[in-house]
Amino acid sequence: MKALVWQGTTDIRCESVPDPAIEHERDAIIKVTSCAICGSDLHLYDHFMPGMKAGDVMGHESMGEVVEVGAAARKSLKVGDRVVIPFTIICGECEQCRRGNFSVCETTNRNKHLADKAFGHTTAGLFGYTHLTGGYAGGQAEYLRVPFADTTHIKVPEGVPDEKLLFLSDIFPTGWQAAVQCDIQPTDTVAIWGCGPVGQMTVRSAVLLGAERVIAIDRLPERLSMAKAGGAITINFEEESVVERLNELTGGKGPEKCIDAVGLEAHATGSVDSIYDRAKQAMMLETDRPHVLREMMYVCRPAGVLSIPGVYGGLLDKIPLGAVMNKGLTIRTGQTHVNRWTDDLLNRVLENQIDPSFVITHTEPLGSGPEMYKTFRDKQDGCIKVVLKPAMNGALHG
Amino acid sequence: MDDVVRRTALPGRSQSPHDKLARGLGYFSIALGVAEMVAPKAICKAAGVEGIENVVRGYGAREIATGAAILTSHNPEPWIWTRVAGDLADIATIATGLRQDNNSKGRSALTLAALAAVTIVDLACANGLNSEKASRKTAARDYSGRSGFPQGLQAARGAARDFKVPDDMRTPELLRPWT
Ligand SMILES: NC(=O)c1ccc[n+]([C@@H]2O[C@H](COP(=O)([O-])OP(=O)(O)OC[C@H]3O[C@@H](n4cnc5c(N)ncnc54)[C@H](O)[C@@H]3O)[C@@H](O)[C@H]2O)c1
Ligand SMILES: [Zn+2]
Ligand SMILES: [Zn+2]
Repeated sequence: MKALVWQGTTDIRCESVPDPAIEHERDAIIKVTSCAICGSDLHLYDHFMPGMKAGDVMGHESMGEVVEVGAAARKSLKVGDRVVIPFTIICGECEQCRRGNFSVCETTNRNKHLADKAFGHTTAGLFGYTHLTGGYAGGQAEYLRVPFADTTHIKVPEGVPDEKLLFLSDIFPTGWQAAVQCDIQPTDTVAIWGCGPVGQMTVRSAVLLGAERVIAIDRLPERLSMAKAGGAITINFEEESVVERLNELTGGKGPEKCIDAVGLEAHATGSVDSIYDRAKQAMMLETDRPHVLREMMYVCRPAGVLSIPGVYGGLLDKIPLGAVMNKGLTIRTGQTHVNRWTDDLLNRVLENQIDPSFVITHTEPLGSGPEMYKTFRDKQDGCIKVVLKPAMNGALHG
Repeated sequence: MDDVVRRTALPGRSQSPHDKLARGLGYFSIALGVAEMVAPKAICKAAGVEGIENVVRGYGAREIATGAAILTSHNPEPWIWTRVAGDLADIATIATGLRQDNNSKGRSALTLAALAAVTIVDLACANGLNSEKASRKTAARDYSGRSGFPQGLQAARGAARDFKVPDDMRTPELLRPWT
């Protein structure tokens, strides 16, 4: 089959790889009808996350049709079922899964020893996302093997287009959890850094959950225009001081809730700390660039909440923990517990409360995937979210 | 599809040969820069120039900075052009030495030839990267029609206010008045 394969830093190729097969009785194989490129994939593409090996198949936002089911998965899946696959692989039985903390499932990471070393304790297995989290082949491919498939799936009805359902796999629940864990009150101002796909979903979620005001921060006009359409007040951090503007909008008190939807590749214009971070990152003395985190910790209102869906991989420098401690801020973060939210979110889609397809700007055949990584990473062509279709014919070069 | 832009030189690949070459030049810059910083004397000797150790050390710093910039920036092209400028500075430096009366003209000439070759590679790389650039004809697309709310923004505000936030994600009652 064809799949998007990681071959090294910024080197993704569409190649032929062996078809996946059932390896365990809880496995299923799905034929992928749609898959997407995520901001998290960019951290792998740019190789800021450790633990990739040449030949790894990318992708963790996929949906499709079940074509084969292992004996132990048959109790909940059958051939022909239409499913969205969450990016977190979950057993459904361990203590964490039973509490709904799916992204830290204790059993699905088959490279537990690596994660134990890196993080102290293991987290869940993830699709297409480094050997630290199991090294499972991803779903930017024609077929995907789903381990623990009896629990690792979201069943979706026929008759609704892929585009409305696909993002249940990751960015929609991620934006939702980012907002939910802020415990939004009707009087709250929620500030969201980053208007990528995750930021866009977070804006919509904060609006639905009833924030008094939602403020979105980025530097790309097309992304800001989309955030504004979703109900946000926007700040272009290349044109104005984020901290000053946020204080101005909140009577000098700062936003109650701050959300980092940017992660470890944050940009900063002309600030000393960003040059410092880039230099340290280049010399491999620091793995992540925490400009946004610093800004949030500084501007957040005392007793407020910092919600961090943005991904960080390792070590960060010059974190103003004094501000966090003395202001009594609460930090909530994590990879998303996708299945904790999906029943509710699927209903919201079916009831037309929200249509997550608004974020898609590019739909291309799988074979154009490698070029679309570049387009998405470099924010060319107004790109915000790329959906790839394995069955679509033709490539860009025709 | 009319809005198709040429994104990379090779179909099915995210990286073109010029991207690869740029990375190679980045590593080369850093290696050369380190050598110039730690052993300027030896470098001067090999290049057949004398008494400009401090200049060479400065060039070393320039090489390291350029190399790091090439490897860490998403768009290496401006930094490859920086390399081209650096090559010209190097050539001028050696050529000045050549005109002075010195007895290592042979080595200087060889160095000049090597520098010319590197300059040609740098130029080819910079030009290649430039020609592969997608046109940013859509620079500021306007997505102001995409609310994502089929029933409109007004209906969406607070529509999920009845959602029960799980206990583990709630602010303690005591803190609530202040948040
Ligand atoms: N927690 C999870 O489970 C989860 C799931 C999906 C994605 N993520 C992470 O969320 C983050 C965002 O993902 P995405 O798909 O939206 O990626 P993206 O790269 O498209 O978006 C990031 C946005 O942040 C903006 N940005 C950069 N520096 C900024 C700054 N200083 N201030 C404000 N904005 C800034 C960029 O311009 C860009 O628009 C990534 O780190 C991704 O890995 C986390
Ligand atoms: Zn993702
Ligand atoms: Zn589990």
